[in-house]
Amino acid sequence: MNMISVSRLTKTYGDLTAVDDISFQVEKGEIYGFLGPNGAGKTSTINMMIGLSRPSAGEIEVAGIDVRRRTKKAQAGMGIVPDESNLYNEMDGFDNLCFCASLYGMRREEREAKARRLLTLFRLDDAGRRPFKAYSRGMRRRLTIAAALIHSPQVLFLDEPTTGIDVESSRQIRDLIVELKQQGTTIFLTTHYIEEAERICDRIAFIAGGRIVAAGSLPELMDSVSRQHAIRFITAGNSTVHAAELESRFAGSEVRAQADRTIVMTSRQRIPLFPVMEFLHNRGVEVLEARELRPSLEDVFVRLTGIDTSVPAKPGQKEADQ
Amino acid sequence: MKGWIAFWNILKKDIRNYYLKPPNISWGIIFPLSWTLMQLIRSPDGSIQDLLPGLISMSVLFGTTSMLAVTITFERSGRSFERLLLAPIGLSTMVLAKIAGTILFGMFNAFVPVILAAFLVDLHAVNWGALLLAVLLIAVTSALMGLLVAVSAEQVFEAQTLSNFFRFPMLFLCGLFIPLARLPVFLRPVSYCLPLTYGTDVLRGLITGSSTLSPALCYGMLLLSAIALFTISRHMIRRNWIL
Repeated sequence: MNMISVSRLTKTYGDLTAVDDISFQVEKGEIYGFLGPNGAGKTSTINMMIGLSRPSAGEIEVAGIDVRRRTKKAQAGMGIVPDESNLYNEMDGFDNLCFCASLYGMRREEREAKARRLLTLFRLDDAGRRPFKAYSRGMRRRLTIAAALIHSPQVLFLDEPTTGIDVESSRQIRDLIVELKQQGTTIFLTTHYIEEAERICDRIAFIAGGRIVAAGSLPELMDSVSRQHAIRFITAGNSTVHAAELESRFAGSEVRAQADRTIVMTSRQRIPLFPVMEFLHNRGVEVLEARELRPSLEDVFVRLTGIDTSVPAKPGQKEADQ
Repeated sequence: MKGWIAFWNILKKDIRNYYLKPPNISWGIIFPLSWTLMQLIRSPDGSIQDLLPGLISMSVLFGTTSMLAVTITFERSGRSFERLLLAPIGLSTMVLAKIAGTILFGMFNAFVPVILAAFLVDLHAVNWGALLLAVLLIAVTSALMGLLVAVSAEQVFEAQTLSNFFRFPMLFLCGLFIPLARLPVFLRPVSYCLPLTYGTDVLRGLITGSSTLSPALCYGMLLLSAIALFTISRHMIRRNWIL
């Protein structure tokens, strides 16, 4: 069942096309990653999906509700975490959560009970009565996510949830996202951290210049840039003498043996591990490690978008995205 | 019911976060007091009763327009205002909740000079129900003008500048300092478009018994202005904030 359905979505600002005719679907309980560099159109897309911005063209449905025509009804089922923590600085954590719950019409007892549960879940019990402005960045982010979950939404939109926070908080947030997915929440996540998407997303779309340049599951994206399978063996002794024999024994494969006791086998077909190990064992070669070599998601991203991720983004580029 | 829960909590939050803060309470008391004292020092022979309609109007106008324009612009710059735009509540409910706190604050401001005057002159002939209604309608129209400023401003300082841009000309055109009959002919139509003109006149009638327009017309025009400003504000919010 599709929880998010986006069809031919376009957003233009004067002559600039921020989002250019994109379509995708997200199934129930899925984590869908929307990956792209700053200024690619991620925030513009998410803003249209949550009803904060009007599409120039196209259709959006969230939980079966047309966001353009029944915005408020659709928003009732959405949890939204913007790219900046935007709770009220003057209020403490507990009151912030209770206030957010009241916006969804929750009664006092219900919102207070839920706020307490979320503070515990997000390990913010001790900070519940501290003003939001006194929170660290990681705590602010966690409370903002807690606020988005206060009304138990069916679909959670996370815009750059771990940007600018410490490693430990990032890990906690990622664990929580996975936990939410297991409970059946559908999650739409934008990020420019490739490794984050690789770790937690079921499917990923790459956006660049306002267009989706590739979309699919991790293996599908990997296969789209590399049709080859590769295994690297690290052996106890020199194995270069067996390279040619290995290549002829396993037809269609290409073997490179290096002086550092490494053998790399590549093939268009999957390489059966056990026969190769047995082959080497029978020739007295002890295998210490065997590992499948795959292109990283970053390799795929660079290949598909032509954007070099090693080049740092220019200051202020994030603003351009908005 | 859900809309009412949201309305009540937005109002409560604004009162706690903004209107009950010591600087704003002191502003709410000091500002009308200063105006009253200034007028008394300037014309010691002037009757407090003659000054009162103007003092009430100015207190409401300055209290409401400043507060709403600044609080909304402040929330928008910190993006917490997005929470309200993304909540499943109607735009009208949200607008009413945001202006409700300001209206209460404006009414509190209005009654500072009234309380002060009550110690100095006899106000027993005043129809308090009608006065409360007039103050409420002035506060509503002024708050909605503050909202229009907030919709047009990006930063707090812009909101303050814009507020002054229309507040001061309005003070001089609404018949508060210069009677409408003595204004240049070409400015009179502008005066009759200002809600404060009707607010001041109805207050003058209630406190001193010397109004120039019919009270029914004044209340009607204030109500009409409130409806028009509310409709324009809603339209502007949709156009400017949901891009």
